[in-house]
Amino acid sequence: MASDLSAATLQPVLAQINAEYARALDDDRLEDWPEFFTDPCLYVITSADNHRQGFAAGVVYADSKGMLHDRVAALRQANIYERHTYRHLVGLPAVIGEEDGHARAETPFLVVRIMRDGRMDLFATGRYLDLLVDDGRALRFRERVVVCDSNRFDTLLAIPL
Amino acid sequence: MAVTDSQRRWPGATLARVPYWVYQDDANYRAELRQIFEGPTWSFVCLESDVAHPGAFRTTFVGEMPVIVVRGEDGAINAFENRCAHRGALIALDDTGSAKHFQCIYHAWTYDLRGNLTGIAFEKGSNGRGGMPADFCKADHGPRKLRTATLHGLVFATLSPATPALATYLSDPIRARVTRVLQRPMRVLGRFVQALPNNWKLYVENVKDTYHASLLHAFFGTFRITRLTQGGGVMVSPDGGHHASTTIQRAEDRTSTAYRDQGIRSEREGYRLVDPSLLDGVDEFGDGIQLQILTVFPNFVLQQIQNCLAVRQVLPKGPDAMELHWTYFGFEDDDADMRRRRLKQLNLVGPAGYVSMEDGCVGGFVQRGAAAAADEVSVVNMGGEEAESQETRATEASVRGFWKAYRRYMGY
Repeated sequence: MASDLSAATLQPVLAQINAEYARALDDDRLEDWPEFFTDPCLYVITSADNHRQGFAAGVVYADSKGMLHDRVAALRQANIYERHTYRHLVGLPAVIGEEDGHARAETPFLVVRIMRDGRMDLFATGRYLDLLVDDGRALRFRERVVVCDSNRFDTLLAIPL
Repeated sequence: MAVTDSQRRWPGATLARVPYWVYQDDANYRAELRQIFEGPTWSFVCLESDVAHPGAFRTTFVGEMPVIVVRGEDGAINAFENRCAHRGALIALDDTGSAKHFQCIYHAWTYDLRGNLTGIAFEKGSNGRGGMPADFCKADHGPRKLRTATLHGLVFATLSPATPALATYLSDPIRARVTRVLQRPMRVLGRFVQALPNNWKLYVENVKDTYHASLLHAFFGTFRITRLTQGGGVMVSPDGGHHASTTIQRAEDRTSTAYRDQGIRSEREGYRLVDPSLLDGVDEFGDGIQLQILTVFPNFVLQQIQNCLAVRQVLPKGPDAMELHWTYFGFEDDDADMRRRRLKQLNLVGPAGYVSMEDGCVGGFVQRGAAAAADEVSVVNMGGEEAESQETRATEASVRGFWKAYRRYMGY
């Protein structure tokens, strides 16, 4: 994996990672999802309003890979919700900058939620604010802050974005 | 007893039966807005810190009535309907902001921070023609004003002159339970809205229902955050409308097999967190109460789950829809460890909460399950038929309390 984090090198690599990330979530391979992150890490789902105002809380807040594994285990073993799937459409990543072996990037996304009765809803749109690092084997998310455009979530958010 | 606008009749006197039409009927819903939300009740509207300085405002709703809550020049908190006295347009369009006065964008009618109509564009007409009639009195026109009252940083509002003082309305025991949590200045950590596909009462009942928590929410039961075998109980205000439930850890619960013996789904031995820092709670109130859930009729929830604190505002949006407005908070003097602890524990609540996720969908399951059952009844019999405080949570006393208050306001 390239330790060259310049924009030209990074953009296609990140686009591929985003595509794999979306496939893992949409194909119900949630157990693969924590592997996209470093440990420790930061994964937060928040909204543009909260982000703009500097509010730190998220609807999901994890600062370790263990917490991501726990989220998946809870979804599999404890939490109750109606069966549904997502379809992520992830836009082109914009590489914002590079510093000390970390790269900052921003990528827009759109998620359609498909319920078990066939109903489809535009569930979330937003942007991934990423801090990426090459850990020697792969480029991983040191931070992925999921900033949803809307502050309103329909019913519940189970599967990660 | 109030006379209800609804054509419906309640099936019998017991508090332990609730007809399903009460979650479905449009005329009943309209009557609720008038007789409960716009009636002699206190609705939670915002935090005092949302309107910290003169001119600071926040827009929200009392039932479906849009309201502006604003700090006046004199420091008082004013609330008035967000409706221009002229043609009924919204006066303020932002969620929050700061204003010296409010001006409707439609025809530029102007209001002061108390909601008084102070200016009418071209009131005298133009070039001696047009304008308002000479006898038009601005003081006779204006959006409806609400009374406000505060309690430990919370702001409540009521439209009815008949509503008793907030302290009387709450009753002393419930007020003391609010005081227990809100002793220091609050600091907002985040705000989210959850749209729920169910009647507002199904959510309020769910919050008051101490029986379901460890049964529906496997996460709770598994980690023994709240189990019915633990100590605690439920306090119901004399009028039935408000409640506070508490859970206290008891040493013997660690070995209880009551859940396993009954084959209850929420008991899952062997399920352990990889990162247990999520449950690294401290007894910040010094009384061993791990969990306190409190409601104020009709629309307010104060939640303490270990160090995870939030207020929730219930907003009805039609017979089969509502919004839940979450405000996550800590305190101004939290240190970095406490702040991090709260951010992690907030995973328990909200739209994606390990615990409250199911509350987002279970109301919809009732709404859909009872779709053809308007004249059937639900059974609310755990712990008897009364609505008094009980030293157990294996009861539906506070749910019956809700219906006791509801029926009084509605005339059923």
